[in-house]
Amino acid sequence: MARHRGRGMAAINYPIGMNLGGDPSQALVHSNPEGKFTVTLSAIDLGQGMKQVTRQIAAETLGVPIADVYVDTADSDTGPHDMGSFASRGTHRVGNAVAAAAKEARGVMMEAAAEELEVNAADLDTDGRGNIHVKGAPSRAISVKDVAVAAQFRQGKTIAGRGIFLIPLSEVNPETGEMSPVSCYAHACLVADLEVDDETGEVTVLKMTSAYELGRAINPKMVEQQLVGGAWMGMSHALFETPEPYYPDTAHGPRDFNEYVMPGPGDICPHDIAVLERPAPDGPFGGKGPGEMCANPVLPAVANAIFNAVGVRVDSLPITPEKVLRAIKAQGGARPQGAPGGRR
Amino acid sequence: MAKTPVQFRLNGSDKAVFVDGGENLLNVLRRGVGDMSAKYGCGQGTCGVCTVLVDGEPQLACLTLAETCAGRSVDTALGLSDGPNLHPLQTAFMEHFAAQCGFCTSGMLMAAKALLDRNASPTREEVAEAISGNICRCTGYEPIINAIMDAAAKRGGGSNREQGHARV
Repeated sequence: MARHRGRGMAAINYPIGMNLGGDPSQALVHSNPEGKFTVTLSAIDLGQGMKQVTRQIAAETLGVPIADVYVDTADSDTGPHDMGSFASRGTHRVGNAVAAAAKEARGVMMEAAAEELEVNAADLDTDGRGNIHVKGAPSRAISVKDVAVAAQFRQGKTIAGRGIFLIPLSEVNPETGEMSPVSCYAHACLVADLEVDDETGEVTVLKMTSAYELGRAINPKMVEQQLVGGAWMGMSHALFETPEPYYPDTAHGPRDFNEYVMPGPGDICPHDIAVLERPAPDGPFGGKGPGEMCANPVLPAVANAIFNAVGVRVDSLPITPEKVLRAIKAQGGARPQGAPGGRR
Repeated sequence: MAKTPVQFRLNGSDKAVFVDGGENLLNVLRRGVGDMSAKYGCGQGTCGVCTVLVDGEPQLACLTLAETCAGRSVDTALGLSDGPNLHPLQTAFMEHFAAQCGFCTSGMLMAAKALLDRNASPTREEVAEAISGNICRCTGYEPIINAIMDAAAKRGGGSNREQGHARV
């Protein structure tokens, strides 16, 4: 009886969003009379950072300080329509809608500033610190706040913008079945190193090493946060969790956290991550978004590493000690596959 | 149902409430005195989101009879900051991006505070052990452990501090 080490890898090509009906998102941006902007969305931040990322996109597009932008995701009754938070679509779909809305609002803001400064709007630029000035003449300037006051109380203008992002519905070719359901792919490769105990069937993940290509990392720390947390969830799905509805009978399902097994803080392993930024042509500032892709490659990499360690293919999830032991028994013992190039 | 008067200290202030027989501390905190920082998760002591300190010891408020808190001190995440000045653990949680959805955060903070109050320079394993009763779905625990290690280091302990796991 022994513990066998194994290494497995997986590479994925991950579609951002889905195109069943166009997958649209809408955004509204407006300024209040003191020159602060509100982005109104129905998209929901579940903790993945959508509010922060859309706030950055809005501030950058408007050309105002990020402190002057508030993102309101409170209410789908009063906010513009959004398909929801799923399919890793937030940064790409919602971000594009916010960029479009902020661009339209910026246009009105610059027209209002042009009227106050008595210049052509095309000659104006923002400094990102709350001022609008004539290009090449920073002293010929007006604050965004003064523009907002003028627009509201003198010019009768609404500094506001509407944005929608919609990819036309992809029709299926009836002859070939071909379609183009997505426009934007992210990519990842992950290597899992683990140990399989051929006496207990227990799998211990020792290390993960990964590379992610997800367009521009609009907020690099939040990307890291997503990748670290998502990899844990992938490991949990690979080895521990049995989600609905895959029980033989739902009566066999867990009723609480005593029975729904997940790895705890003592079960985590080192994870080296490399983030590659290849801006997406159709993403907001090139962003695609990590999303569900954080968890996905872990599962096949773990399954492959178990095969490498003991020579068994477990083809259902989670890969529990019972399944590993049964498979080892069925093939008459562990058969370590060895390592190319003499690793170990 | 008969009500029992219970007096206790909450984050340093005296509180007096009437509680039902068998009522748990979590209910008294959230509904009785309006401190919503301890969360209601599983309601049976397996998730840790309701972790509070009773006389400095971490306890699951959902399993703690309110009557047993009479005359004792209860500390919740609401009392961590000193006015606008965040507790070092709160600052470290922010700096290490140790919260995503945030539902586990107040329980994590209190479990961490209980640890650092009795062990100023814990090892990584001791930190993992201290939060092993608290479930987090988002972070993979690593940023939380890093934050607690960092808070310990900045409070003068931290001789056992190791490198964080993730490298980007």
